[in-house]
Amino acid sequence: MSTRLAKGGRLIDRTKTQGFSFNGKRMTGFAGDTLAAALLANDQMLVGRSFKYHRPRGIVASGAEEPNALVNLGSGSRLEPNQRTTTTELFAGLEAASQNHWPSLEFDVGVANNYVARFLPAGFYYKTFIHPRAAWKHVFEPIIRQSAGLGKAPKDRDADRYEQAYAFCDLLVVGGGIAGLQAALVAGRSGARVILLEQTAHWGGRAPVDGDVIDGKPAEAWVKDALQALGEMQNVTIRNRCKAAGVYDHGYVLADEKVADHTPGDGRPKHRLWRIRTGRIIAATGALERPLSFAGNDLPGVMLAGAVRDYTVNFAVSPGDRTVVVTNNDDAYRTAIALKEAGLEVPAIIDARASVTGALPAKARAMGIRVEAGRAVVKVKGGKRVTGVAIGLQAGEGAVLDEIGCDAVAMSGGWSPVVHLWSHCGGKLIWDEAQAHFRPDPKRPPTNHDGSAMVTVVGAANGALTAAAALADVAAQMGGEAKAEAVEEAAMEPVWIMPQGAGPALKMKMWLDYQNDVKVSDVQLAAREGYTSVEHTKRYTTLGMATDQGKLSNINGLAVLAQSLNEGIPQVGTTTFRPPYTPVTLGALAGEARDEIFQPLRRSPIHAWHEAQGAYMEPVGLWRRPYCYPKAGESHEQAVHREILNTRKAVGMLDASTLGKIIVKGPDAGRFLDMLYTNVMSTLPVGKCRYGLMCNEQGFLSDDGVVVRLTEDSWLCHTTSGGADRIHGWMEDWLQCEWWDWQVYTANVTEQYAQIAVAGPNARKVLEKLGGMDVSKEALPFMAFVEGHLGGLPARVHRISFSGELSYEIAVPASHGLALWQALIAAGAEFGVQPYGTEAMHVMRAEKGFIMIGDETDGTVIPQDLNLGWAISKKKADYLGKRGQERVYLARADRWKLAGFETLDGSVIPDGAYIPAAGHNPNGQRNTQGRVTSTYHSPTLGKGIAMGLIRGGLDRIGEVVEFTKMGGGTVQARVCDPVFYDKEGEKGNG
Amino acid sequence: MLILECPYCGVKAEETELSPGYEAHLKRFGPGSSDDEFNDYMFARKNPKGVHFERWRHAYGCGKWFLAARCTATLEVFGTYPAQSSEPPADLVAKIKAKRPDWSGYK
Repeated sequence: MSTRLAKGGRLIDRTKTQGFSFNGKRMTGFAGDTLAAALLANDQMLVGRSFKYHRPRGIVASGAEEPNALVNLGSGSRLEPNQRTTTTELFAGLEAASQNHWPSLEFDVGVANNYVARFLPAGFYYKTFIHPRAAWKHVFEPIIRQSAGLGKAPKDRDADRYEQAYAFCDLLVVGGGIAGLQAALVAGRSGARVILLEQTAHWGGRAPVDGDVIDGKPAEAWVKDALQALGEMQNVTIRNRCKAAGVYDHGYVLADEKVADHTPGDGRPKHRLWRIRTGRIIAATGALERPLSFAGNDLPGVMLAGAVRDYTVNFAVSPGDRTVVVTNNDDAYRTAIALKEAGLEVPAIIDARASVTGALPAKARAMGIRVEAGRAVVKVKGGKRVTGVAIGLQAGEGAVLDEIGCDAVAMSGGWSPVVHLWSHCGGKLIWDEAQAHFRPDPKRPPTNHDGSAMVTVVGAANGALTAAAALADVAAQMGGEAKAEAVEEAAMEPVWIMPQGAGPALKMKMWLDYQNDVKVSDVQLAAREGYTSVEHTKRYTTLGMATDQGKLSNINGLAVLAQSLNEGIPQVGTTTFRPPYTPVTLGALAGEARDEIFQPLRRSPIHAWHEAQGAYMEPVGLWRRPYCYPKAGESHEQAVHREILNTRKAVGMLDASTLGKIIVKGPDAGRFLDMLYTNVMSTLPVGKCRYGLMCNEQGFLSDDGVVVRLTEDSWLCHTTSGGADRIHGWMEDWLQCEWWDWQVYTANVTEQYAQIAVAGPNARKVLEKLGGMDVSKEALPFMAFVEGHLGGLPARVHRISFSGELSYEIAVPASHGLALWQALIAAGAEFGVQPYGTEAMHVMRAEKGFIMIGDETDGTVIPQDLNLGWAISKKKADYLGKRGQERVYLARADRWKLAGFETLDGSVIPDGAYIPAAGHNPNGQRNTQGRVTSTYHSPTLGKGIAMGLIRGGLDRIGEVVEFTKMGGGTVQARVCDPVFYDKEGEKGNG
Repeated sequence: MLILECPYCGVKAEETELSPGYEAHLKRFGPGSSDDEFNDYMFARKNPKGVHFERWRHAYGCGKWFLAARCTATLEVFGTYPAQSSEPPADLVAKIKAKRPDWSGYK
C-alpha cells in the first residue's frame, strides 16, 4: 500500500484539503501536492497502461521524466491529454482519467498483447505488415491507427486563453536549484540583467530533500535567503513554473510559463510563452536518475530511488511499507535513510557493487539496514503491484539466492545530466567514465553570433552531482563563495543489465523505454539485425520516442546497444536533442493569434459596404474580397451567374482596390522596366496603358498586369492582387543588388488608391452621369487614361478591361474610395448597375481567354506556352528571363500549351482534371498529355468552358480529348480557341 | 533565430524582420552566355558547411538589401556590408582568415 504519512511533508499544507477525482473516483489531497503525490497518498499506484503490451504501469518518477503516469486532465473545453501527474499541481476539483486502456484501467483487453509479446519484437510492424502491399492502406493501417495514441484529443474549443511576451537580458539562468540560485546571485551582484527560470513551483531543487548544508545553514534556509537576496536586486527577475523549452540561434530562448494551470478559470492566461533574447545562458538544469534494467522493473511499485525520496520528504507519501532499495551508487542510500527516518521499513539494500564502503552505506548499516553487496535483483514478483524481489549475484546469470517480500522497489542506476539546453544548438558531449554519463564538453560549446560560448552549464547538469561539487562548479566557472558541506561518496559502478549474465527470458522483461515497451531484448535484436547507428536503432525499436523523449532511459538503451555491438558508449553516441525539453501546448505557441487576429486582415476602402450588402467574402492573400453578392434566396452560383449576365447586358462594378500598384520613377525607369517586362515599356507614350508580363530568371511567367505611363519619367505598374509585395521586393532586389548605378525609385502605393472597375455596355453612361470628365471613345480610347475629376472626386480613369466589356477602371485616393463607389451605385441605378465579385470576374476573363497568374501558370510555364509570344519583344537584347527561355527544352514542340476546351455534353470539366495519354510511366501511372487550368460554367454561353494546357496546344484544335473525372469516368471535350466570347474585341474597344 | 546587423540603419535585426536572398556575389549571366555559364549562375549555388556569403533584406525595417558573411555550422557572424559591393571588404576578409585559417575564399 502507498499511503500518506502522519507527519512531515515540506511542500504540503495539511490544513488545506483538496478534493479531486481519478477515473471518476473521488479522492482528497493537500494543497502543495502534485497529482502523482496525491494519487499515491490514495493508494492509486496503478495509473496507466503501456503503449504496446498494455501492461499495468505505476508512477516511476517525480518530475518531467515520468513515462507512465500520464492522464487526460480536465474535461470538455478544458481537456488536455498526456499530462504528467508528476508535474501537475493538485487543485480542488481536478479531474483526471487514465489513458490507453479498454474497457477499464483495471481490466484491459489490450493486455492480450502482453501474452504474445514474444511475437511482437522490435520492428514487428515493419516485418509483418509489408505484404501484401495493398493491405497496409486498407486493412493494417486503419486497425493499427485505432489502437495507437495515448490520450484523447480534445473535441471542444479551448476555453482558456494564452499570451506571449518578450524579454531581454544579459544572462538567462535556467534552473532554480542551488546551482542556479547561486549562479543568479553571482551574476546579479555583478550588475548584469538576469532572468532566473524554474520549471516547477518550488525553488532549491534536490538539496532540501537531500538534507544538504550550505554555508552552515540547512539547504532550505539557504534557499530562502537566496530568494530574498535575489528579490532585492532590481536587475534580477525570477520566475517559477516557467520552463525553458528550447535554445535557438544567437541566444534566443523559448520559455513556457504555466501561469494558471493550477488555478483554472481564474481569468488569467493559462500559459505565457516567453521569447527571450539573452547574451548568454547558464544551464543549471540538474540531472535525472536512471532506472536499472532488471526483470520486472516496470511493475507498479518499482520507482526511482530519488523519486521515492521526493515523495517521502516533500509530500509525506510512502510508496510502500517495505521498500527494497537497489542501486549501483551511494546516492540511493539517502532514500533508504529517508524511509527509515520516516518510520518505514527497508528490508534490504541490494548493491550491485562488490565492495560497499563510504559514509552513506555506513550510516545505513548503523541504522540496522541489511546491505547486500555484489547482489542483483533477478526478478520483481507481482502482477499489478510489487509483492517481492528475487535476489541473486550481479556477476551471475540469475540463479535466485533469496527472496524478499516488499511492496515497493526503489532503484538507482546513476544520474544523467540534463544536457538538452546545451545540445539544442549544437553543444557537444563527452563521456564521463567515472560517473557513467554524458556531460557537456566545455571545449565544444554552442556558439553565439561572435563565436563565443552561448551556453555555460553548471552544477549537476555539468556532472557535478553533489551539492558540494555543484557549488564548487559554480564558483569555478562564475565566481562566488557559497559552499556546501561535502558528504563523501564512493564511486558508482555502471550496471546496464542486472544480473550481468541474464538470459533471454529475463531480458525480455527488462524495460528500457517504459511507455513504448522497448526492452533490453529489443535493442539487442536490433543490433543483431544490423542496426549499428543509434539513430536507426531508435526509430526501429521506438526507444526514446515516447512522450518522455528518452529522458528516463536513453543512456541505458545506448549502453545496451554499445555492449551488443561490442563498442564503447561514446563511439555509439547519443541521439539528437531537439527542442522542446518537454512538450509545449499548441495553445501557448498560437498565443493570441486566433479567430479575428489569427493573421492581419487587409480591407479595401469599400470593405464595410460589401459586408453591409451581405457579400460572401473570400480570402485573397491577406485581403478579403467579395466572391459574390447573393440576394435573398439566391445560391452563390446563382448570384455569380446573375452578376455576369448583368455585366454583359447592362453594367457591373468590381472593387479592384486590391490590385497591386507600384510607381517606378527616375531617369533610368524606362530602361529598368524594359529589363523587368518581356515587352518594351520605355516606348509607351504618356497617357497610354500597356499589358505586360514579368518572368523570373529561369524564364517562367511570374506576374502580369497593365503598365501606365504617367509622366515622362514615371510609370505605374499594376500587379496581381497577391503579387504586389513580392513584385515590389523583386524590383528592389534588382535595383539594389544588380543595377545599383541606375537612377530609379519605386514606391508601392497599393493601399493609397482605391480602384473600381465599371464594366458593361452601359458603363460609359454611368460615368457620364457622374460627370466632370470626357469619357467618350474619342477622348478616352481603349488602353488610354485621363486624369481629372469625376463626380467631384480627383480620379484617374483607365480604359482597360479584364471582362471583355466596355470598361473603365477608376483610381481615386483611398479616402475617396467609398464615396466614389456609392456615387457610382447611385448614378448607375437607372442603367441597371450591380456589383460583381471575384468569381464573376474569373468567369468573365475565362470567357475572354485571359490568363490568370496561378491558374494558367504554376512556375513551370513560360509565356510562349500560353500563346503570349506577342507580348515578348524580339528586339530587346536582354530582359529578365530571356536567357532562361532560350534553353533548348523550352523550345520543344511537344510542350504543353494553352488551348480552350468545350465539353461535348455542355458539362463542366472538373477542377484539376488531366488528359490521359496512352501507356504508363515507369512508376506504373498513366501517362498524361495535358490538364485543365480554368474551368467554369459560362452563363453567357450556357455551357461549360475551360482553358488548359495540352501537348501541341492550338495545333490540336478540333480534336476531341478525354478528361479524367474524380471517382472514375471521363468527360469528352473538343480542343478550341481559348477566346470564347467576342473574339474580335469589339465590345472592349467600343 | 539569427541576429544580423543591418549596415544601413544599424539595427540589430532579428530573423523575423529579415528576408533571405541566398548566395551573395553571383555574377549574372544573360543572353549570349553558354549553357554551362547559365546553369552555374542559375542553379549551382554554394551550400558550404562553414563560411558562407549571403544576401539578406531588412524587409520589415529599412527595406535595404545587404550581404552577410557567417558560418553555417556555428552561426558565427563575421560581418555585414552593403549589397552595393562587388567583393567583400578587405577588413572582413582579413577577419575571417584570422578566425578560419583553412578558409579558401569567397569565390
